Amino acid sequence: MSAPANDSQDYVGFDTITQQMERKFLKRGFNFNVILVGESGMGKSTLVNSIFSSHLVDSQGRRTAQEVIRKTTEISPVTQTLEENGVRVRLTIIDTPGFGDQCNNEGCWVPVIKYIKDQHAAYLERELKPQRDRVINDTRVHACLYFLNPGSRGLRPLDVEVLKRLTEVTNVIPVIAKSDSMTVEERTVFKRRIKEELVFHRIAVYPYPSEEDGEEDRLLNSSIRDLVPFAVVGSEEIIDVNGTPVRGRRHGWGVINIFDETHSDFVHLRNFMLRTHLSDLIEVTSQRHYEQFRTSQLRQIKELRAQQAAAAASGGIMASMPQQAPPQVPAIHQSMA
Amino acid sequence: MKANAGNAAGIQKKKMQGYVGFSNYPNQVHRRSVKRGFNFTLMVVGESGIGKSTLINTLFDTKIFPDREEMPPSAEPIKGVDVTSMSADIQENGVKLRLTVVDTPGFGDSINNEDAWQPILENIESRFDAYLAQENRVNRSKISDNRIDAVIYFIKPTGHCLRAIDIEFMKRLHTKVNLIPIVAKADTLTARELELFKAKIMADINYHGIQIFKPVSDEFDDPETVSDNREILSKIPFAVIGSEKLVERPDGTMVRGRRYPWGIIEVENEEHNDFIKLRQMLLRSHMEELKDSTDMVLYENYRTQKLLSMGHVQDNNVFREFNPLVQLEEERRAHEAKMQKMEAEMTAVFQQKVQEKESKLKLSEEELYARHKEMKTVLEKQRAELDDKKKRAEASVRPITPMEQHPTKGKKKNIFSGF
Repeated sequence: MSAPANDSQDYVGFDTITQQMERKFLKRGFNFNVILVGESGMGKSTLVNSIFSSHLVDSQGRRTAQEVIRKTTEISPVTQTLEENGVRVRLTIIDTPGFGDQCNNEGCWVPVIKYIKDQHAAYLERELKPQRDRVINDTRVHACLYFLNPGSRGLRPLDVEVLKRLTEVTNVIPVIAKSDSMTVEERTVFKRRIKEELVFHRIAVYPYPSEEDGEEDRLLNSSIRDLVPFAVVGSEEIIDVNGTPVRGRRHGWGVINIFDETHSDFVHLRNFMLRTHLSDLIEVTSQRHYEQFRTSQLRQIKELRAQQAAAAASGGIMASMPQQAPPQVPAIHQSMA
Repeated sequence: MKANAGNAAGIQKKKMQGYVGFSNYPNQVHRRSVKRGFNFTLMVVGESGIGKSTLINTLFDTKIFPDREEMPPSAEPIKGVDVTSMSADIQENGVKLRLTVVDTPGFGDSINNEDAWQPILENIESRFDAYLAQENRVNRSKISDNRIDAVIYFIKPTGHCLRAIDIEFMKRLHTKVNLIPIVAKADTLTARELELFKAKIMADINYHGIQIFKPVSDEFDDPETVSDNREILSKIPFAVIGSEKLVERPDGTMVRGRRYPWGIIEVENEEHNDFIKLRQMLLRSHMEELKDSTDMVLYENYRTQKLLSMGHVQDNNVFREFNPLVQLEEERRAHEAKMQKMEAEMTAVFQQKVQEKESKLKLSEEELYARHKEMKTVLEKQRAELDDKKKRAEASVRPITPMEQHPTKGKKKNIFSGF
């Protein structure tokens, strides 16, 4: 936090901005919101708890025969504050119990898309207020972990439908949890297949290629994109392997160490999400998805106002027109969802 | 010794003095069935990629299902559920088996799987129908049996309770087929997780009243069979893996299994999965029971339901003894009774018609009378009038001319009458 010792009198010192920003971040902390989308029993809760090394969410799967099978997708956000080396993050994990669990899954994605858009809308509403808060509480979804089914030929019809819609509103990171049912060859084949299908269906998953990237970033991003979808194994158990505690799973024929790169892509996923691309995820949400949403919303408002004006000019129907002042933004987007 | 049929007290237990030889009967049955060969029809149901083909190929140690072909991303996924079947003649130790495996690609793969069970149920019932039709033929010497002997249902290893599609499918089919649910891809669960998962599955199955195939021991079984059955029962539902590939173990031996970076899971190792138990139950010990249950219980139930729904009424007369003379007599009597009935009916109808006609005629008679009377009165009146006029005419004209002495009765031409 001290300015680098430099005897040159020409030293200006604006390079300390990074430290100033760091200080601000330390003080303020930041929000990070992740939504988990996948059928019950895919390993969502375990994976998230493994990534953040703490028990953040409980599995919402059906535990007893008496429990009724959910008829719709529920949205259940859980917020916690984590702290590491003085940096505080308000982490919100949004689980989607009921997604894809019924016999007829038509439209099971609607509550998910609606929630994501609602957060954009809420942010927009606060931005448009004449008197804005100094810091708007950011509830926008920064990342979506989409859980693929290991063993399927490739993308299932449900996956295609949902991914198309999800990638339009948020950063989607496809993962294969419970990948310990696939051998290394099977994983390779599956990943190749998924990539082919993503290209075919024009589904853009995160990270997106961008011209701004420097050489280093481009290399990193392409290596990440090679790994997609991440074949991971999650575990909340610490087992003892020859004296060393290891986070993993113990089978009769071997022990899986989730941090072992040959066993799973877990380390890569965690580093990618938290150590290298965390700020990028937040930024891209703000610059790409939120801006897209904002543009289309404001355009709608403008059109509606133009319609109102035309109606008023032609006389008389204005009374029946609903008020479209900016605070009503969430109401407009209702029709879009 | 007299043994009256149906009189249990008449059956006596006798001890033989030497070896007679009828104990060789089971061997004769055995030899004959071996000569004839067996058939066995299995159906596999589960979502795409869950391991159906691999398991079948592993069970019978032969490539019944070919490898999945790679389809380009532009290929359309199957709409609904297909039901396809593959047959293979396999032989072991001189015993020939015609194995038919029915596959159900597309089950559970669509977005809307509400009716995924329907084509499968229809297929099972159409096989029952085909058998029923053959049974009712005049010449029944060649009946081909392609009824489904067992359905292996693949459950996804989620660790939670059964999914909606699992419950729906099993509820719809458990009274029509022998259901054998298994946990697929068992290598994804630890021993402890598996224990809990199996308990949850059985709780769900019992809660919904789903009947699955279970080996049961009866009083005739020897203790070894009883303990075998109990062991099998304790592992239900079986958690299995399948593999067609051989992998090398650290000690150099080659086994069928799957190689992972953290170890090798062996198909035929009972500590790794329940494949051995599944194979034992399905092929080695309970194949006959499955076929029996299909024939005697499931098929019969289906047949009864179907015939009742078609309006057949149980006619117990057919069970009486058949005696031709008595039969003739009965027929004659029945015929006579029928004739009498018809006669009576006809007489009744005749009577009725006669009555009707009579009453009609009477009515018209009365009408005629009435009219006749009317006319008569009218006539009388007219006559009276005429008489009256005549008298008046006679009275007014005193000088009688010889001409006028003529009676003018009825002669209206007279100019004096008619005024």
